[in-house]
Amino acid sequence: MGAASLRVPTQLPPRVLLALRIVVFGLCLAPAGLLLRDLFTGGLGVNPVETLLRELGDWGLRLLLVTLAITPLRWLTGAAWLIRLRRMLGLFAFSYVVLHLSVFVVFEHSLRLAGILDDIANRPYILVGFSAFLLLVPLAVTSTQGWMRRLGRRWKQLHWLVYPAAILGVAHFFLLIKANRWTEPLIYAGILATLLGYRLARRAGPLRRSLGAPALRS
Amino acid sequence: MLIRIPRSWEVKPSEITPESVYRDRRRFLRTSALAAAGSLVAPGFVTAKPMDALEPLGELPDSRFSTDEPANDYDEITSYNNFYEYGTGKSDPMARAPELLQHRPWTVEVTGEAENTGTYDFDDFLRGLTVEERIYRLRCVEAWSMVVPWAGVPLASVLERARPTSRAKYVKFYTLLDPEQMPAQSSSGFSFLASIDWPYTEGLRMDEAMNPLTILATGLYGKEMPSQNGAPIRLVVPWKYGFKSIKSVVRIHLQETEPETTWNLIAPEEYGFYANVNPNVDHPRWSQARERRIGEFFKRDTLMFNGYGEQVADLYAGMDLEKHY
Repeated sequence: MGAASLRVPTQLPPRVLLALRIVVFGLCLAPAGLLLRDLFTGGLGVNPVETLLRELGDWGLRLLLVTLAITPLRWLTGAAWLIRLRRMLGLFAFSYVVLHLSVFVVFEHSLRLAGILDDIANRPYILVGFSAFLLLVPLAVTSTQGWMRRLGRRWKQLHWLVYPAAILGVAHFFLLIKANRWTEPLIYAGILATLLGYRLARRAGPLRRSLGAPALRS
Repeated sequence: MLIRIPRSWEVKPSEITPESVYRDRRRFLRTSALAAAGSLVAPGFVTAKPMDALEPLGELPDSRFSTDEPANDYDEITSYNNFYEYGTGKSDPMARAPELLQHRPWTVEVTGEAENTGTYDFDDFLRGLTVEERIYRLRCVEAWSMVVPWAGVPLASVLERARPTSRAKYVKFYTLLDPEQMPAQSSSGFSFLASIDWPYTEGLRMDEAMNPLTILATGLYGKEMPSQNGAPIRLVVPWKYGFKSIKSVVRIHLQETEPETTWNLIAPEEYGFYANVNPNVDHPRWSQARERRIGEFFKRDTLMFNGYGEQVADLYAGMDLEKHY
């Protein structure tokens, strides 16, 4: 009895799921709201553009990792409803990445194409970050029910791109570090390695059962 | 339109002491009373300087080298600093330096290739020199910039007094080494700060050091130097990236060979010995063509030698500045 009551429910009643989705939506929006407030109250410090750029990038990467954590969490807990949060998390991650890129394009480069292209061509961390963004674009575009239906099996193949995108995102962080302050990017790399490692380990046959995978079909 | 003619007995708005000045006066009285009490109790006491204890330097002569660009706010200049002795974050120096850095006693050693070497108490070091205001642009290698109203003395006047020998080709500067006052100097383990060979050092070629733009600054905005900006005395070389302008100087050493300098030792391919502001030579990870003036959202073009080419371009005639970055 005791053990059973601790178990995460496989399904949630629609109203509970809706409430949960509203809460998660609010939580994802909160960093943007706080940044907006700080922007107008001077809370971003004396170099607000720098703070904004860093914070938006951080949140893009964080939410991308949260999105990637959904599937392993589902495997571990059996909570099938988690998948209903994934698209929203992924789209929020993409939104923060877009805002991050927008600050870069508008305030770092005053919308001048020549400077942006020069940066992409000559600064590896910008090339890597920009590539991560490009990989995320088709995923955001095809995130709708309509595209899922239209693409069928290929939808999943296409959305495999989230892995290289996340790896490039973490690499982008590593490459821009000044003064060897590796701690923060190392934390992100560790989380990403755990999430990807778990998937790889699960694909290796003998481990399937011990890692809580559902029984094989065939 | 209402035209109001003030009566002769009315106090003109310009005659009313602004509240900040009035409060400053009270603070000044309070701190000087405290200082007086302190000197009775413990002669030769050491003092850290919280921000509100910084004393005015009095009337400072202007300089023809000052820019007429609007200066950044005092808050901006004192809250956004690179001073790794207190941590790598921009607000670490503001948070930690004022309570830790002891402004007095402070000694400056002059050593090496000079006839008049010696160790000076801070006040003796400045004796006979006129502190003047120098409003300079400051360009950080990280592509941001400020305008700072420094107070200081020409480095040349200090060096002339030392009477350099003919072998004095370079000047090396040392920051204080004292982990009690500069906690990051005792960083250990797998951290970037632990990998730095403290104390922080910087260097100039003799002609750069003698250039009239180069100053030893002892204050800003007409007051004593705040701890986080490199109190009580620091170098300011306005045509070079900010990291050349070493803070909290305790030793000035004249020598024949090009000195080793901290950032050049950490990453020689990123930070050269010369480190002249140059929009045409990029840092490996970012362009130096533009900069963000603190207080502005959009970037502006960076000027060659930070706009001081007229005074310093000759120093580098015939040099390949791509090579000597």
